[in-house]
Amino acid sequence: MIPLTPSQTVGPFLHIALDWSDGADAVREGTTGAVWLRGRIFDGAGEPLPDAMVETWQADADGRFDHPDDPRRALEAPAGFRGFGRSATGADGEWAIRTVKPGVVPAADGAPQAPHIDVSVFARGLLDRVVTRLYFSDEADSNAADPVLSTVPEHRRGTLIAQRTDDGYHFDVRLQGDGETVFFDL
Amino acid sequence: MAEPIGGTPGTPPLPVYERPRGLHPPLDFPGYRSTSLRAPSQPLVLLPHNLTEVTGPLLGAERVGPTDNDLTVGHDGEALGQRIIVSGRVLDSDGRAVPDALIEVWQANAAGRYRHAADQWPAPLDPNFTGLGRVLTDSEGHYRFTTIKPGAYPWGNHDNAWRPAHIHFSLFGRAFTQRLVTQMYFPDDPLFGHDPIFNSIPDASARQRLVSRFDLDTTRPTWALGFVFDLVLRGSGATPFEDPDAES
Repeated sequence: MIPLTPSQTVGPFLHIALDWSDGADAVREGTTGAVWLRGRIFDGAGEPLPDAMVETWQADADGRFDHPDDPRRALEAPAGFRGFGRSATGADGEWAIRTVKPGVVPAADGAPQAPHIDVSVFARGLLDRVVTRLYFSDEADSNAADPVLSTVPEHRRGTLIAQRTDDGYHFDVRLQGDGETVFFDL
Repeated sequence: MAEPIGGTPGTPPLPVYERPRGLHPPLDFPGYRSTSLRAPSQPLVLLPHNLTEVTGPLLGAERVGPTDNDLTVGHDGEALGQRIIVSGRVLDSDGRAVPDALIEVWQANAAGRYRHAADQWPAPLDPNFTGLGRVLTDSEGHYRFTTIKPGAYPWGNHDNAWRPAHIHFSLFGRAFTQRLVTQMYFPDDPLFGHDPIFNSIPDASARQRLVSRFDLDTTRPTWALGFVFDLVLRGSGATPFEDPDAES
């Protein structure tokens, strides 16, 4: 095994390279079923982070990934679907990504996983990204049976559930302290 | 009834990526003050590697412009500073090349100042330097770009704090698990011993893997110094089995 390259913080000037004009477009504008994921990022004092970045990765509405390691991969990815979103936070810690709700994705043993999106958060002061998962408030039955959510202490599961809004879902990330978001060891 | 999606006839098992233990800096590192309110305090929950984790965005040539591999051009004049060529390979820990993978880089100018509204220290901006580059690895994982050597940068972490000269790297690899953001340093920087970000990496030999090496072979006569920086992302290895009781 070749030793791995260690992580370093993204720093406060990530926008120079990582703030794409089309970063929010996990799906193209006008995509059927498109919703906005919106939220804010807070530190342990409850202050918003104006210098963070969120990235999302997910399956399409049928639960498929446009990637060779998905044996269920569609012959052609849905038009306008990138599956990857990126949003630097604004002055109030806010971020937004336009996407579609993913379909059910099987776990390696075939058991269904509830619709979910993998989320990375990068920021000054984070020496490595932190990884969380976004689930959906209107998928209560699937969520209850999800093999990953079930490993999360019950009283903290709510931090992973995005709440329905007028134009999509709301998902805040609390890095530390009261209501701290569940982060995963990837 | 659900069927396994890996390992069924005609289907390779899903890759299981190496979990780096003790490699990355701890999220809570008191020497780097900004970690104190941003590092999670609760233990991480182990996330198995399922389809969402073993796949990832395969962003390609559409994201890279024709001059994105040369940070010294694209303006009215040429950027000021010592011209350098940075090259290397992106491999996974199994020794396999990571091909066609997007690398994004950003950096301060030769005076150590970033072109960013939040950077206001009294060093000159260079009108001919933005500090943004993008390249793709080739089929064998090789990459190369031209830039200028960035200057050291003062910051407010502690009294008389200076960051060693560095270039920020962001890599996607081929899977969500392989995503990496890091920094490349230059050999023999006198600031290494004073920098909590560099020293947040627990293992001294791992720290050294972020230090590029001067390379005469990629140095172009009467043009630019060559520095080599290889990056190694998590591999999916030969061990498909994983201990479910592994500590998180």
